[in-house]
Amino acid sequence: MSFSFSKENLEKITELKTRYPSPKALCLPCLWMVQYQEGYISLDAIDAISKQITIPPMEIYRVATFYTMFHLEKSEKLQVDVCKTLSCKLCGSDEILKHLETKDVKVNHVECLGSCGTAPVMQIDDKNYENLTKEKVDAVLEELA
Amino acid sequence: MRECKIVSKKFHLQNSHTLEVSRQNGGYIALEKIKECTPTQIVQIIKESGLRGKGGGGASAGDKWELMPQDSEKPSFLAVNCDESEPGTFKDRQIISYDPHLLIEGILITCYAIKAKHAYIYIRGEYKEYQDILQGAIDEAYDAGLLNECDITIHRGAGAYICGEKSALLESMEGKRGHPRLKPKQKEPEWFFGNPTLVNNVETIASVPFILENGANAYRSYGTEKSPGTLLFAMSGHINTPGVYEAEFGTNMLEYIENYGGGVKNGKKLKAIIPGGVSCGVLTAEECEGLTLDYEALRGAGSSLGTGGMIVMDEDTSMPEALKNILEFYHEESCGQCTPCREGSGWSDKIVGKILDGQGKKEDLEKLFELADSMNGKTICVFAPSISTVLVSFITKFRQEFEALVS
Ligand SMILES: Cc1cc2nc3c(=O)[nH]c(=O)nc-3n(C[C@H](O)[C@H](O)[C@H](O)COP(=O)(O)O)c2cc1C
Ligand code: SF4
Ligand code: FES
Repeated sequence: MSFSFSKENLEKITELKTRYPSPKALCLPCLWMVQYQEGYISLDAIDAISKQITIPPMEIYRVATFYTMFHLEKSEKLQVDVCKTLSCKLCGSDEILKHLETKDVKVNHVECLGSCGTAPVMQIDDKNYENLTKEKVDAVLEELA
Repeated sequence: MRECKIVSKKFHLQNSHTLEVSRQNGGYIALEKIKECTPTQIVQIIKESGLRGKGGGGASAGDKWELMPQDSEKPSFLAVNCDESEPGTFKDRQIISYDPHLLIEGILITCYAIKAKHAYIYIRGEYKEYQDILQGAIDEAYDAGLLNECDITIHRGAGAYICGEKSALLESMEGKRGHPRLKPKQKEPEWFFGNPTLVNNVETIASVPFILENGANAYRSYGTEKSPGTLLFAMSGHINTPGVYEAEFGTNMLEYIENYGGGVKNGKKLKAIIPGGVSCGVLTAEECEGLTLDYEALRGAGSSLGTGGMIVMDEDTSMPEALKNILEFYHEESCGQCTPCREGSGWSDKIVGKILDGQGKKEDLEKLFELADSMNGKTICVFAPSISTVLVSFITKFRQEFEALVS
């Protein structure tokens, strides 16, 4: 499957290039654009990024696999990132995780989301859901379904 | 306890993130002052204020600014660290969502002082909601002509704790894996594509407008001699009203927790506190008695102030489980460059897991101390030494709990 950047993203790339001393800096921004455009990062997309930013595809691939928020495969299910780090654990994230296992979603155990004061917390499509209870999880999933 | 709001002054206002509300409440007044000062004068004011970096290390901000060349042929840059991934830390997030214009004003003053024409804000990927608020404020600032002489660009990370380490952050911005760089022997700036670059935490930069507006002495009127000013301390874990509350350095730790946190949840007794993110050694309740929140006091207690994000644990907390949780974090987040860290983080996690499963032996505790030793001071960055500190502090201070689990 071939990949090409949308017109809007190409414009964004042109603008961003003026903001950095080297086009190499656009590696992460371009990976984000691809992920929003396609839902995941394909090898074809990596080739397309490479043409824009003078980094070889293999190197971009190495970078993409280093960062946990980049997905190199398409996921059919809703991705739910649940924080399992200490403050959330102290405030009951285990129970939330167990509850989510019964749902038809892809649960990812992630590290601290920076919402420790409103623990436990999960993130879906860039949005945080805080002070979770089982009921709140149900309500959120129902709303998103 | 004296209430002091230097950075959080406007947080409670409605629409505090907008330029209009910011301006109505004293925003961008300090920026006017730069017209009266040369760049080096501003660096001097920051030096005199004693401002210390608020990203965890507590290094003198003025000393770092002074390393930036004033007559460089290469462009200079500012990189603002909003990676905020240290567990227990959620303060920079408050600044960018409740007073982004304070940060922008601080950036403009800082860039003037270090002669930078472009600032980048490196923000963790998980903060998209707050990034959007910050971008909205930057757009407003562009429209109002505030950014004619200095650009601000947000650079989004993508889920890697280590990118908060300043050289890893710059590697990441250069389009690479977030691998910390070897430290140079001499003092020098950081480098972004070979250009001199200053890296400071969001809260450090957000403290600059107050200092410029009110003077170094006004800042020093808060806090202690060696830790001047305030910090957005935070509490999470077993606490009644968790959150971020600004206080001056030198504030009594337990009073702070009573006063702002409403004490330990469910009327339980305090067992332990990790004072400033999980990279700081754990403190027992007894050790917290009389302890004050400043760099020197926490160091004296064998821990460190870190980011000031306190994790509070009640009497029923299992310390081996808490340790396992932290080790999982380290295991997951090691960047993998140094063998002691890559292997040690995994091994220690595995061994504590084995102990919790009832499969542990007495020798395993000694093995953990050996691992801690192997990770201390033999790596590129201080990530591995932090694991070492955490391991030793947990096992030494709560030894009976670990011994009860091993045969
Ligand atoms: C493993 C590691 C993680 C770090 N994470 C952060 C972070 O998330 N945010 C931050 O501001 N500083 C972090 N730091 C500290 C930075 O390296 C750097 O010292 C700091 O951003 C400098 O700003 P300051 O002097 O204003 O604190 C981290 C350091 C290490 C060793
Ligand atoms: S100590 Fe750990 S995190 Fe730091 S550079 Fe080495 S492997 Fe990476
Ligand atoms: S520990 Fe879960 S958000 Fe910080």
